[in-house]
Amino acid sequence: MYSTALNRPVLTDTFININKRTIRWGEFLIQSGLALCALISIITTAVIIIILCKEGFSFFQHIAPAEFFFGTRWVPLLEPSSFGVLPLVWGTLLVTFGAALIAIPIGLASAIYLSEYASHKVRSTVKPVLELLAGIPTVVYGYFALTFVTPLLKTIIPGIQVFNAFSGAIVVGIMVLPMIATLSDNALRAVPQTLRQGAYALGATSYETTTQVVLPAGLSGVMASFLLAISRAIGETMAVTLAAGATPNMSLTFLESIQTMTAYIVQISLGDAPAGGLAYQTLFVVAALLFIITLMLNVLSQWILNRYREAYD
Amino acid sequence: MSAQLDEKLMIPGQREQAANNKPAFAEESILNLDQVNIYYSGKAAIKEVSFPIAKQKITSLIGPSGCGKSTLLRSLNRMNDFIPEVTMDGLFTYNGQNLNAPSVDPVEVRRHIGMVFQKPNPFPKTIYKNIAWGPNINGYQKSLDELVEHSLKQAALWDEVKDRLHESALSLSGGQQQRLCIARALAMEPDILLMDEPCSALDPISTAHIEDLLFELKTRYTIVIVTHNMQQAARISDYTAFLESGELIEFGVTEQLFTMPQKQRTEEYVTGRFG
Ligand SMILES: Nc1ncnc2c1ncn2[C@@H]1O[C@H](COP(=O)(O)OP(=O)(O)OP(=O)(O)O)[C@@H](O)[C@H]1O
Ligand SMILES: [Mg+2]
Repeated sequence: MYSTALNRPVLTDTFININKRTIRWGEFLIQSGLALCALISIITTAVIIIILCKEGFSFFQHIAPAEFFFGTRWVPLLEPSSFGVLPLVWGTLLVTFGAALIAIPIGLASAIYLSEYASHKVRSTVKPVLELLAGIPTVVYGYFALTFVTPLLKTIIPGIQVFNAFSGAIVVGIMVLPMIATLSDNALRAVPQTLRQGAYALGATSYETTTQVVLPAGLSGVMASFLLAISRAIGETMAVTLAAGATPNMSLTFLESIQTMTAYIVQISLGDAPAGGLAYQTLFVVAALLFIITLMLNVLSQWILNRYREAYD
Repeated sequence: MSAQLDEKLMIPGQREQAANNKPAFAEESILNLDQVNIYYSGKAAIKEVSFPIAKQKITSLIGPSGCGKSTLLRSLNRMNDFIPEVTMDGLFTYNGQNLNAPSVDPVEVRRHIGMVFQKPNPFPKTIYKNIAWGPNINGYQKSLDELVEHSLKQAALWDEVKDRLHESALSLSGGQQQRLCIARALAMEPDILLMDEPCSALDPISTAHIEDLLFELKTRYTIVIVTHNMQQAARISDYTAFLESGELIEFGVTEQLFTMPQKQRTEEYVTGRFG
């Protein structure tokens, strides 16, 4: 195309024809190919949602929604069976809450340190380490919980069970910590330098500037990182299965074995329940519940993130 | 009043005579620069600059882009501390004290030497909090409400925002935001106010507002202003320093510098025949 244009003799009075529209087949093919790839993930998501709805629906034809959502006993495999999902939700909450309690303060403190205090050299060393931490397979964290964290906890709290929520919360907390640290660091670093200068020019110390100007200005991004980390903690599977065990339990302490929603899904998926039965269908309702919870958290954090993007543009 | 200011009232013949006499700087100087060098990673951006800043007067810094005006201005309230590659030598004397002495607390310096930036940079807080924040963290004891009102009035913004003090400062227009930033700086009751091209992002009306404001402010504050606008420098400032590639070409009474510059470079620059 360009070559013809260039080879054309340069004559000022030549008629320039611009009515040359044709279909560019190569471009069309590439475009369709790209669209198809994008479509695959959309279709997959749609199929997952349809299956979850279908199986969930037939589950609720046998079990009243009230029993499922408010029942406090989860015994799907033994007679007399009982399908109150609360113990699983509780297990998930316990681990998530404990993980958040560990990861949020440490993660936020690391982010503040990295973005406001660390020298360029320190930051360029610490950031890759954090990313490395985020890339460790979760089963390794579970193994770490079982072989290192729990024995350590046992020396401090002798009564603690081999599988316990405490250990699960600790490793999940460690697991989501890099996420909070890096995302919050990004959010704080997106706060314009001119705001910091404005604060310093008013005789603020760096502590006052950080806590009262930079942090509030970047708060929505920081909050979004918390929510994403929490949603990751809720969805975490291998580490909590290995660390916290498989005993549906509404225990108030962190010291006993519990079962999270994800750990239950693993248990059933590994073949503990015959396909087609009611116990098998619980897999899908629990998965649907999990899906809805994490989806809501992700949507919420996206919404918060978008709001904060508008703030400086 | 000094002899120099009276020159404005002189008839042209007298004025020439005065210029030939080259009277010494007769003001009380609040800040004095002596043989100042400022380097970025060892490369000099300001070279051997010396001049005084007169108390309760407006001093303007002019010169072509990149000549070091902002660099010099930031050195006056230790804002260059935040740029790691900056090193300085020479003597900055503020109220008889060395501004860069190891015993000096830069936070304390900035409490007394405020700064308004080229681009308005209000905090993403309410209008009220933007003003009250500085005094608040510095332990202001009296009524913040009164201080906010007073500062906004000084910055000629009160009438426009008095009904929306608790709305976000980001909802203001650019010119209003800049006046808010000036009000914020004034709320600290600074000894010296440094302004880096405060009108460059503003329309002529907002600029006129701010110029009027500076005129009023100089009865109470010392102001150092960087500007690219020759008319502005001529209109508002009492003293002018002309810099070129980091060197001070000429410093003097504004009137004199614009009408009878001593150096040819100055004349070329202020008359627009520069380059
Ligand atoms: N952070 C920095 N690192 C290295 N060099 C810098 C830095 N900031 C400024 N300089 C250099 O120092 C010189 C003076 O810059 P400065 O910003 O003070 O100029 P200016 O007179 O304010 O220009 P303008 O009118 O365009 O704002 C320039 O040559 C610039 O490239
Ligand atoms: Mg500048």
